[in-house]
Amino acid sequence: MSTYSLSETDGAAARQVPVAQPRARLRASAAGFVAGMAWIAFGLSCLVWEDVGDWSRTQALGISAFVIAAFLIVGTLGADRLGRLGAALRQRAPWLSALGLVLTLWELATAKFAWLPLPFFPPPQAIIEVYTDDLPKLLDSVIASVKLQLGGYLIGAGAGFLTGVSIGWSRSVGYWVHPVLRFIGPLPATAWLPVAFFTFPSSWSASTFLIALATAFPVTVLTWSGVASVSNAYYDVARTLGAKPSFLVTKVAIPAALPHVFVGLFMGLGASFAVLVVAEMIGVKAGLGWYLQWAQGWAAYANMYAALIVMSLLCSGAITLLFRARDRLLVWQKGVVKW
Amino acid sequence: MVALALAEPAARAGAALDIAHVSHAFDIDGAMLPVLEDVNLLIEPGEFVALLGPSGCGKSTLLRLVAGLEPPRSGALREDDITIRGPHPSRVVVFQDPTLFPWRTVWDNVALGLEAQGILKRHRRRVDEAIALVGLSAFRNAYPHQLSGGMAQRAALARALVNDPKVLVLDEPLGKLDSLTRITMQAELVSLWQRKGFTTLLVTHDAEEALFLAGRVIVLSERPARIKADIAVDRPYPRHRGDPYLADLRRMILGLLGLDATW
Repeated sequence: MSTYSLSETDGAAARQVPVAQPRARLRASAAGFVAGMAWIAFGLSCLVWEDVGDWSRTQALGISAFVIAAFLIVGTLGADRLGRLGAALRQRAPWLSALGLVLTLWELATAKFAWLPLPFFPPPQAIIEVYTDDLPKLLDSVIASVKLQLGGYLIGAGAGFLTGVSIGWSRSVGYWVHPVLRFIGPLPATAWLPVAFFTFPSSWSASTFLIALATAFPVTVLTWSGVASVSNAYYDVARTLGAKPSFLVTKVAIPAALPHVFVGLFMGLGASFAVLVVAEMIGVKAGLGWYLQWAQGWAAYANMYAALIVMSLLCSGAITLLFRARDRLLVWQKGVVKW
Repeated sequence: MVALALAEPAARAGAALDIAHVSHAFDIDGAMLPVLEDVNLLIEPGEFVALLGPSGCGKSTLLRLVAGLEPPRSGALREDDITIRGPHPSRVVVFQDPTLFPWRTVWDNVALGLEAQGILKRHRRRVDEAIALVGLSAFRNAYPHQLSGGMAQRAALARALVNDPKVLVLDEPLGKLDSLTRITMQAELVSLWQRKGFTTLLVTHDAEEALFLAGRVIVLSERPARIKADIAVDRPYPRHRGDPYLADLRRMILGLLGLDATW
């Protein structure tokens, strides 16, 4: 804040910055130290008291917390020499402090004083234990989920895109497809579960179909509206320059509709995650959804939380990938639209 | 200087346009709205003709018919004795809005016509030349939203010129520009036309612009448009805005448009 007002009132902004910087640097360093302290507190909370239950990773977790704390403090001291890593550390210091604090409270509330009822609320070390001891099964589940999700999503996105372009482009296709879309589209894909599981040869193909269906609806509708809303002026320009219908579709309609298509892809992704988990819980005997169900059946609550964390990382990773692809394909929108 | 300015376009690169007994009407909720009524106009190759008329009189409709974007209800339009049946890159339109494709850079926008005709690979240099011609070489990789109004309209002009059109159809291309940019671009248009020799058909509602640019000014009536007057502007280029001859013509044209009281 103070840096801004200084550089605005004074033309010699470049000379003003170093004057204001020590204070900002001090504040950033202080935040780094607070983060370090929070993680030391977490380490202490692991090691000072005895566990109320039997968990094998408590000591390792405590030591890891101290290592992280040391890294935070050293990183804060040497932030200027660490370049981008140092800058990233500074920027994230407040979040890292909060994380350390929450972990401390969690540790105390579960493993040490059992303020939260066990075994429904396992301590952090129990979840770490899942990642170290049950890794192969968890990894298998991740691979199964990613495969199912990716296959279904790609099929659904492709089919939805093609359908959307066709309805947007051709009146006769629109005549036939639109009512079907109106009738079937709003139905949640999970409602098809019972039907799909006995009509398809395998539960895997049934789930792929359902995920594709959940993805295709929003992609179709938004691609369609994107193509339909392309200004006629663009077509006129292209036609006077000698464009044939195929050129109008691929080089005018589709690029102009692409921002809409990405909204559809984003919505389809969310819908398909829901179907994936339900399908895995009910029919497919693999994947993270199945793992969740299985863990609950065995009252292995730590495994459940561990799987939930992995699942949320995967979902947010998929969304991040989609946004990266969008930013790359729609560079021309920079400074025009943002969502 | 005068001799040079008087010189006709070197090569007869333009096409003749023959607009014969053209009438057109729009179907608005079942009611027919006539917009053109028996328009007859013969344009020589390489001529610069301005169509002037009150707004909403049907000038732009006539341009769409010349471009081949719509067929006329009756009558015929011919380019070099060949009936116009659809759009063709030999007749390129520059619209009032630049309508650049926002997802393409300036270069890719200018390359549009060659790409659509499938001849871009062999003629990439023509794109560079067209961009240089309108003075946008430094902006070849810019996206349309990064351009000013005048620059965008220049890019649209380059997009038309890269096709080496025989007929350049201009639908109030300078209508939305600020007055300074407008004056510059008017002079640029004249010099482009002189160098390239294409036939130019310009729609405008600005009498001064028509007189500054065109060799012939066609005054249209209110809707449905009929040709009210066909005025030859017998003045060499570059013209001067203060020329008393042009001022007389302007007064006459405004009179034809029913605006003589204001002068």
